[in-house]
Amino acid sequence: MSAATRTIIDTQDLKKVFGMGDVSVTALDGLSIQIQAGELVAIMGPSGSGKSTLMNILGCLSTPTSGKYLLDGEDVSGLDKVQLAAIRNNKLGFVFQSYNLLSRTSALRNVMLPLIYDRTHKVPREQWEPKAKEMLEAVGLGDRMDHQPQELSGGQQQRVAIARALVTDPVLLIGDEPTGNLDSKSGEEIMKLFLNLHEQGATIVIVTHDPVVAQHTERVIHLKDGCIDTVVHHGHNPSEAVQ
Amino acid sequence: MNPNEVLRISWEAILKNKVRTLLTMLGIIIGVAAVIIMIAISSGTEATIRDQITSLGANLVFITANFTRNGPPRGGPQTSGGLVYSDATAIQQQIPNVAGVSVEQGSSQTVVAGNVSLSSVAILGSLPDYLSVRGMSIASGRYFTAQENTDYTKVAVLGYSLAQSLFGTNDPIGQSVMVGSQRLTVIGVLAKKGLVGDVDYDARLYTPIQVILHYFIPSQFARFLGQSVRTIYVQVADPTKMNDTIQQINLLLLQRHKVTAAAPDFTITTQQDIITTQGSTTAAFRSLLAWVAGVSLIVGGIGIMNIMLVSVTERTREIGLRQSIGATPSDIRWQFLSEALLLSLVGGLIGILIGVGGSYIFNAFGGMRTVVVPSSVLLAFCSAAAVGAFFGFYPANQAAQLDPIEALRHE
Repeated sequence: MSAATRTIIDTQDLKKVFGMGDVSVTALDGLSIQIQAGELVAIMGPSGSGKSTLMNILGCLSTPTSGKYLLDGEDVSGLDKVQLAAIRNNKLGFVFQSYNLLSRTSALRNVMLPLIYDRTHKVPREQWEPKAKEMLEAVGLGDRMDHQPQELSGGQQQRVAIARALVTDPVLLIGDEPTGNLDSKSGEEIMKLFLNLHEQGATIVIVTHDPVVAQHTERVIHLKDGCIDTVVHHGHNPSEAVQ
Repeated sequence: MNPNEVLRISWEAILKNKVRTLLTMLGIIIGVAAVIIMIAISSGTEATIRDQITSLGANLVFITANFTRNGPPRGGPQTSGGLVYSDATAIQQQIPNVAGVSVEQGSSQTVVAGNVSLSSVAILGSLPDYLSVRGMSIASGRYFTAQENTDYTKVAVLGYSLAQSLFGTNDPIGQSVMVGSQRLTVIGVLAKKGLVGDVDYDARLYTPIQVILHYFIPSQFARFLGQSVRTIYVQVADPTKMNDTIQQINLLLLQRHKVTAAAPDFTITTQQDIITTQGSTTAAFRSLLAWVAGVSLIVGGIGIMNIMLVSVTERTREIGLRQSIGATPSDIRWQFLSEALLLSLVGGLIGILIGVGGSYIFNAFGGMRTVVVPSSVLLAFCSAAAVGAFFGFYPANQAAQLDPIEALRHE
C-alpha cells in the first residue's frame, strides 16, 4: 500500500499576512502540513483560526505571503493568476457549502462546466457529455441529468456539485463545509459519498466546524491562531502510524 | 476557452432573462432602425426632387429675371425692362448649340366652355419648342406653330385635367373657349404630367406667348412690363458644351441689357444647380437626422453597460465559481464582452429588420418615398457592434478583475 503513496499536499512554513506594516494581521503563522494520496482529512478550528485562509491557499485561490506549497509535487506558491486557474482546473475539485450551481442550467451542463475551461484538452470535446453523465451516475443522479438546480433537493444539488468537482479527475477534493446547508439525513448521505470516494482512493480535505463530520475522517487538524493546535487520528492507516 | 463555448455561454445567459434582454436591446434597436429609416426617407426625398427636376426636360438652362413684381432694382441706372421676349429670339438666332428655346409668361383668367365656368385658371404663354424643352407630350390634337405665334392666332392647348373639367368626355378639339374676354379655339390636349413641385401642369391652358402679350397682360401694366417674360428656357443640344453655352448666353444678355457682369439683372441656372441646392439642404437635414439617430445608439450603449454592470454584480458568485473551477480573468472578460456584443448585434439585426421593414411600409402605405441605402444598413450595424464592444468592455473588465475568494463570499 505504501508503494502507491505520494504526497499530495506538502506545505513548508506557510505564512499569510493581510495588510501592511502596523495594521497587518497574521492569518497563518508558519504552517507545515503533509497529506498523502488517499487520505481523508478534516481541518477544524474556531473562526479566526486561519482555516479559511488555509483552505484558500490549499485550493490555489490565493498564494502564501511566504513559505512553500507543493501540490502533487509541484511548487504552486509563486504562480500567477492564469497559472493558478489552470491548476484549479486540472488538479483540484471544490465542493462548497452553498453548492454554487448555475441556476436555470441542467445538472448535466453544470457538471460539464469545468471541462470548458480545460486548456490541456485532457477530455476531448466529444467526451464531455459522456464523462459528465458518468460522473452524475457515480453520485446516483443518473435519472436527474436534465433537471435544473431549483428542481433538485439540497442533497441532490450537493451531489451534482460533487460530480462537477470530480469531472476533471482532480488529485485533491476540497470540501468547504459541504454539509453546512443540509439537514442531518442529507448530510449523512453526502458524508457517505465522500467516504465512498475515499475508499476508491480519492484524496479529500474537508474544512468544517461540525465534529460529527470530522468524526468520519482519518485525521483531524485543529487550527488555532494560525498554527496547528492538535492533530487527532481516527484511522488505522499504517502510513498514519509512522507519523 | 473555445470561442464556440464563449458564444454558447453568452447566448444562454441572454436567453435566461428574455424581458430584460429585450429592454436592454431596445435602445440599440431604436437607434439602428432610426438611422436606417431616416437615411431612407431623406434619400427618398432627394430622389423625388431629382426625378421631378429631370422630368421637366433634359439639359435645360433656366434664365430668370432678378426682379418680377417689385420692379427694377432701385438706385442704379435703369437700362432695361428685365427679361424680354426679344431676348429669347436673340438666343435662338445667335447662340450655337441650342436645341430649343421657350419662354413662360402667365396670366390668370376665367375660362368658360359651354355652361362650365372656371375662375382663376393659369394661362401660360410659350413658344412652339415648349413641349420638347419641358419634356411634355401631346395626347390629342397638336401644339401651336411658330406661324400661329407670330400671327397672334387665338389658339389654346388644354392641360389634361383642365380638358376634363371643361369638356368632360367630349372631344375638345375644334371647340372654342372663352378666356377672359377672348375666344380661343382648342387645337390640342396635353398628356398627363401631374403635380411637379407646386405647379399643376395639367390644370393650365397653354397659348402662344404673343397671344398672352397682346390680349391678356392688363394694359395699365403694359408700359411697365412691356414684352417682359418670366422665364426663358434654353435646351442645350450637346450637354458636354453646357458651360460654354451658358457663358455665351450670359455675354449676350449682359450686352443686350447693358448691365455689368458684377450686377446682372438676370440669373442663369441649370437643373444640376437646382439639384445641388436641393441636395445640400437635404444633406444637411440628413446629417442632422444621422446625428440624432447616433445619439440614440449611444444611449442604447449606455443601457447595455448599465445592465452589464448590474449583471456582473448579480452574478458575482457565478464569476467566483467559474474562477474556482479554472476560468482565467480573460475567460471571464470574454464571457461578459461577448454577452454585450451579442446583445448589441442581435439588437442591431432586429433594428435592421425594423428599419428596412419600416422604410418599405412608409413607402407603400405612408405616401412617403423611401430609398434604403445599403451603406446606411452597414453603418448602423457596425455602429451597433462598436457600441457593444465599447460599452461592454468596462463591465467585462470589472468582472475579470474580481478576486475569486471575494466573489465566492459575495451574498
